[in-house]
Amino acid sequence: MHLATEHLTASYHGRPAISNVSLGIRPKAITAVIGPSGCGKSTFLRCLNRMHELSEGGTVEGRVLLDGTDIYGAVDAVDVRRRVGMVFQRPTPFPTMSIHDNVAAGLRVNGVPRRRVSEIVERSLGQAALWDEVKDRLHGSATALSGGQQQRLCIARALATEPEVLLMDEPASALDPIATQRVEELMVTLKQDYTIVVVTHNLQQAARVSDYTGFFYLGDLVEFDDTARMFTNPSDSRTEAYITGRFG
Amino acid sequence: MRPDRAYQAALTGMALLLPALLLALLVELAVNAWPSIDRFGWSFVFTSTWDPVADVYGAGPLIFGTLASSFVALVLAVPLAFSVAIFLSEFAPRWLKRPLGFLVELLAAVPSVVYGLWGIFVLIPFLQGAFGWLPFFQGAFYGNSMLAGGIILAVMVVPYIAAVSREVLNAVPTTQREAALALGATRWEAVWMAVLPYGRAGLVGAVMLGLGRALGETMAVTMVIGNRHDISFSLLQPGYTMAAAIANEFSEATTSLYLSALFEVGLVLFVITVLVNAAARLLVWRTAPGRAVGSRAL
Amino acid sequence: MSRGRARRRAVSAIMTGLVGLLSAVAVLPLVLIFSYLMFKGASSLNLAFFLDNPVPAGQTGGGVAHAIVGSGIIVGLAALIGLPVGIGAGIFLAEYGSGRLGWTVRFVADVLNGTPSIIIGIFAWTWIVRPQRHFSGLAGALALAVILVPLVARTTEEMVRLVPHSLREAALALGYPRWRTSLTIVVRTALAGIVTGGLVGVARVAGETAPLLFTALGNLNFSTHVNEPMQALPLQIYVYATGPFPEWHRLAWAASLVLILLVFGLALVARRVAANRYGAG
Repeated sequence: MHLATEHLTASYHGRPAISNVSLGIRPKAITAVIGPSGCGKSTFLRCLNRMHELSEGGTVEGRVLLDGTDIYGAVDAVDVRRRVGMVFQRPTPFPTMSIHDNVAAGLRVNGVPRRRVSEIVERSLGQAALWDEVKDRLHGSATALSGGQQQRLCIARALATEPEVLLMDEPASALDPIATQRVEELMVTLKQDYTIVVVTHNLQQAARVSDYTGFFYLGDLVEFDDTARMFTNPSDSRTEAYITGRFG
Repeated sequence: MRPDRAYQAALTGMALLLPALLLALLVELAVNAWPSIDRFGWSFVFTSTWDPVADVYGAGPLIFGTLASSFVALVLAVPLAFSVAIFLSEFAPRWLKRPLGFLVELLAAVPSVVYGLWGIFVLIPFLQGAFGWLPFFQGAFYGNSMLAGGIILAVMVVPYIAAVSREVLNAVPTTQREAALALGATRWEAVWMAVLPYGRAGLVGAVMLGLGRALGETMAVTMVIGNRHDISFSLLQPGYTMAAAIANEFSEATTSLYLSALFEVGLVLFVITVLVNAAARLLVWRTAPGRAVGSRAL
Repeated sequence: MSRGRARRRAVSAIMTGLVGLLSAVAVLPLVLIFSYLMFKGASSLNLAFFLDNPVPAGQTGGGVAHAIVGSGIIVGLAALIGLPVGIGAGIFLAEYGSGRLGWTVRFVADVLNGTPSIIIGIFAWTWIVRPQRHFSGLAGALALAVILVPLVARTTEEMVRLVPHSLREAALALGYPRWRTSLTIVVRTALAGIVTGGLVGVARVAGETAPLLFTALGNLNFSTHVNEPMQALPLQIYVYATGPFPEWHRLAWAASLVLILLVFGLALVARRVAANRYGAG
């Protein structure tokens, strides 16, 4: 397992949003996290890169192991966040920076020497399937891009720091269908090199794209299995009810 | 329908008083300043001779003093005010936010004349003590000085800049902060890289708002700045500002030209503050749109 | 890389500390001033201080009763004139102010709010004192009212805007006419905030000196005639502070303490009212 949680409980002001979650994320695969709104899937994701503790009243119990080491142990949170990257629901390019500088933002912070920056920017934009579209306007404003392009820019930005794991929190929910498709294709390509965990409320997307799926309900991990098996033959009745659309 | 109309008309009437007031203000200033404008033309702004006996007036030192004291005030106030705003919006623990914020607001509530009183009896003796044994500052240091004026203005202006800056920083979307942190930035790096640049237009606006306040401050300044019609580049020398001159000399104005000159000073001051405040508002609205900035009492 | 990381963490810690330190420095003058006022002024606060009028210059003793009463009258009058107009203008801005006229009025209000109060003072002088050929408390009150109106207009507008649209729509759906919705539902809901804004504005003008210099002028004697020169607390402080007698300086400290307690008190009340209503921070 690349990433694993052991009895993970995350709370807001003492009230648990997820309880006792233990699962393993396989390397170089896409793991989807699904469930109705409020089930805790985003909270779960944010525990994997120590972002949850930044929320008001956020606390974590249990362990999260990255390559066997507990990230909540004697480890610098800042370091964890470089190794575990995140893409958010809405594209969040830094508006005062150019496209190039946006991708380089994580590099600058981590002290990558300047001569290497440009090549890493090009590589990351290539990985995010955005290079051809922006290579002639690298120094133009990032906010001039379309929504789908901005999201791919954010993906490139996250990839630039060469994370081991990429967390994606409903990355396509703010995008139109064509942009969504491109992001999904991108995810499939990326999984050759990266371990990806994606939260999504779009069941078809989870079925299309992921190798493994975890179903959360009211803060509990109800079922975790191969995507194919879960969608054709779920073990738990609640999973079945959700997947067949009996509740949303 | 009728009562609706009447209600709206009544409210509109009250609202229209505001532009009417502004117009009246402008007209009165201009009309009363006219004799002086007519007589002195542009030399009013550029010459330094202020001679009531000869009835010749040049407001150069006043304009210089106003700008210089405000500049000194900003140099001192901006780092302090920005620190408060950044600390309160990014770093302060929850239990500290309310009390610290309240304390900063109280700074804005202290009346100008009380600042002046403190300036005369505490700040100036302190400055005299601090500088008294430095032999090579130009001129004898009597205490009342541009420096004292600048310091007092800085203290008075900090809460305004801090309050507006804080609103600007709070208006920066959390996702910007989070995006930076998710890249592996430290808390300070996230502020420096994502939050401050996002709000920079508003922050500049906040500073300009502080400038607007500093330009028009009267009582505290006139109590510590020395009130001398003189242009000097030494901070330890006395100076004068437009507002202070009006306060001191308006009731002493013996001739009608004297009075008119003071009105012209008022007109110049008014125009400058209007321009600065208008620019400030436009800049602040870029980041925190529509807020009633600088219009709070505190 | 690990050396760089340690450095970055150190920088972050240092900057956080620096920012906190400078914040403390920013607030320091307040603490200094207030303690000085207490230290120098508290001992002079006896009953005589509040009830007596000033004694001839140079003599010891005397009080500031005339200034306290004068301030009360002038500020009270200013509030009486300025608050209704300001609140009315504020409601206009919130309810009918989305068009060109609203934009203009809003802009003008902000311009007036940024105008130095001494300019308002000489304006009041040209409009009231000069034609009447004498100074008066009324002129001072009008000058303060001119400052109060745009201030209160903007705070009122903000408060009324906070009332959710759904409330308006619910009232209209019940058949309330527009004027009634505005007055009895919207304004009623925002009332606490409006009152707060008014209090805060009054506190601000209570501390103003400059507009009174050439309108109310000041008076060494006790007077309640608004058509004559009248004393106000800030004016009295100014005269005493810049005067030659140590006795005057002592009285200035004491009077400043009273003034600041008054202004702080009003600010605290306003904050309490606002917090209760809106639970904000």
